Amino acid sequence: MSIILKATNISKQYRLGLVGVGTLGDDLKRFWYRVRGKEDPFLKIGEVNNRSTKGESNYVWALQDINFEVAKGEVLGIIGKNGAGKSTLLKILSRVTSPTTGEIKTKGKIASLLEVGTGFHPELTGRENIYLNGAILGMTKSEIRQKESEIIDFSGCERYVDTPVKRYSSGMRVRLAFAVAAFLEPDILVVDEVLAVGDAEFQKKAINKMQDISRGDGRTVLFVSHNMAAVKSLCTRAVVLEHGKISFEGNTDQAINYYLNNNSEADSVKAVSKRSLEDFNNEKLQVNAIQVFSEDEDDILALDKPITFSIVVNKKEAYQLDATLKLKDERGNFFLTTSTIFSSDVDNESKIGELKFEVEFPEFFFSANQFMADVLLVENKNKIIFNLTDILSFHVIDAKKELGAWMGKLNTPLRIKSNWKQE
Amino acid sequence: MEDKWLYTISSKRSLINFNFREIWRYRDLLLLFVKRDITTVYKQTVLGPLWYLIQPLLTALTFTIIFNKVANIETGTVPPFLFNLAGITTWNYFKTCLTSTSDTFRANANIFSKVYFPRIVSPISVIISNLFKFGIQLLIFIGFYIYYKLSGASIQVDQSLILFPVLILVMGLLGLGLGMIISSLVTKYRDLKYLLNFGIQLLMYISAVMYPLALMREKLPKFAWLVEYNPLAYVIEASRYMLLGTGNLSKFGLGYTLGVTIVILFLGIIIFNKTEKTFIDTV
Repeated sequence: MSIILKATNISKQYRLGLVGVGTLGDDLKRFWYRVRGKEDPFLKIGEVNNRSTKGESNYVWALQDINFEVAKGEVLGIIGKNGAGKSTLLKILSRVTSPTTGEIKTKGKIASLLEVGTGFHPELTGRENIYLNGAILGMTKSEIRQKESEIIDFSGCERYVDTPVKRYSSGMRVRLAFAVAAFLEPDILVVDEVLAVGDAEFQKKAINKMQDISRGDGRTVLFVSHNMAAVKSLCTRAVVLEHGKISFEGNTDQAINYYLNNNSEADSVKAVSKRSLEDFNNEKLQVNAIQVFSEDEDDILALDKPITFSIVVNKKEAYQLDATLKLKDERGNFFLTTSTIFSSDVDNESKIGELKFEVEFPEFFFSANQFMADVLLVENKNKIIFNLTDILSFHVIDAKKELGAWMGKLNTPLRIKSNWKQE
Repeated sequence: MEDKWLYTISSKRSLINFNFREIWRYRDLLLLFVKRDITTVYKQTVLGPLWYLIQPLLTALTFTIIFNKVANIETGTVPPFLFNLAGITTWNYFKTCLTSTSDTFRANANIFSKVYFPRIVSPISVIISNLFKFGIQLLIFIGFYIYYKLSGASIQVDQSLILFPVLILVMGLLGLGLGMIISSLVTKYRDLKYLLNFGIQLLMYISAVMYPLALMREKLPKFAWLVEYNPLAYVIEASRYMLLGTGNLSKFGLGYTLGVTIVILFLGIIIFNKTEKTFIDTV
């Protein structure tokens, strides 16, 4: 197979902080070094890009020494947690910004979809925007004219096509925008996972279209995503980015396993809210810990394992204490409440000191999704002592999905194993 | 094998990377930008393109009252109002070209950060769409020209008028060049934006907009160099000569203007090219 895109030693340095007098000083220093024919002094410094630790230098390397090759017809997945450098790499590939060092050579036209509807003008009609957006994405007028009716058809906005886009609902705008993008015909398509948000129908349409592009037309796709299921079903090969460096390169399954096992703080893992529990301490009660975990100690909440919530408190007076757990989906809608109030086993009226409440949910109960939880602590079944909103945020993942299985998101946050019969 | 690469993305850049073929490939985008700018500016306003007319008319009227009636600036045989209107019409084209191109990177940051196309398409489209506005303002000038001609004023279009489009082109390119330089610097240091606003105002006073160049030489010989070194003064002076037959057409001055324009345009392209690759990190 022939190599269509080759990246050698790509690095990108960013300056942190605000632009001000300091930057002017750095610029002048850089200029002075260059005048004397010396190397840029700021390229020597800079730290590995780790978002969570405090660094010394004002300069960081968002990407460092990235090397990879992509063969024609290949679908390369790029995975990594937030801030690993995925978007920076995408921006360089789509020529929005240029690398600090290194180069990317390509044999085909690259088109990038970092966002749909770039350059839509609200005052122009749908049809006018099709032309404008198409031209921005690199199509010529005659190319767009040929595909115009197909685009309008695909968008399903025929009735509104001569109405200014500002009158459109946001959903219609996205449909129209995606329709234009779907009829681009580049040799290499660079897609951000941003495309995969939106309603279920749109997501399905987007992913189907990408499959068509890669499988049907044999074109090359670079796909960046957090969605392991999407990466698994679309990509033929994947690279894992970590702190601006490629930490793994190989086939998709291996890359996903590597990512899930080596990112103890990956986004797919549970996290306690940043709100400090210290705020929840008064003369009656002190909250010591609130956790969510599964029986495996490897920090991953997998849907094929039971998931347990635990609340540890220090009770300082005599009263009946009850805990209520309220679960929300990623949009913030409550879908489930469970409480010790309904459970006759919990009687602690006379106890003083440390108490631990635990509740376990069975395997295959949660869908693979992002969730949040509120915890209510109630005195004598009628008075709220503490209301800990969004105290937990966690992600249940489907780590062992079969290749080729359905990879969309379940519409419901929960499911149960029921006794289905077949006759 | 190596030479079969279509293009290379890297930090290295040649000084002048004016890829004309690429811009040509994006000509449809250029036209669509022009069309967008023209059709959307005055949507949902009551007077619409009439706004194009009100501004130069009121300015010309103010100038006439202040500079000609109060300050007694002589405009020869030409009616002062027409004299001012001619100057303002040409000056306005330069001014809008400069102010709108100098905002290129900031105003388009949203598009520029998402998709690649030759960035220079944006400022060029602005220069072209401003021609439309200039055309409307020129029409109103022609209207007043005919009115004054019929009322017996001694004004005469010069035969050099056929070169008027060239003059406007040179002025547009000068605005483009300057605008590109400023737009590149503004991306990092916003201070320039404020400097630009009143810089343009000051520039107008040394561009012979509301007085003939000869008058400056006669009354303030010490400061005449300010105007004489200003390439715009020659353009304004020449446009008045072509439209009204007043003042003089300095071949040396126009040659100087052309030279300055070419230098500034090249400088603009160099700086613009340097900026477009990384501006998204600093804007």
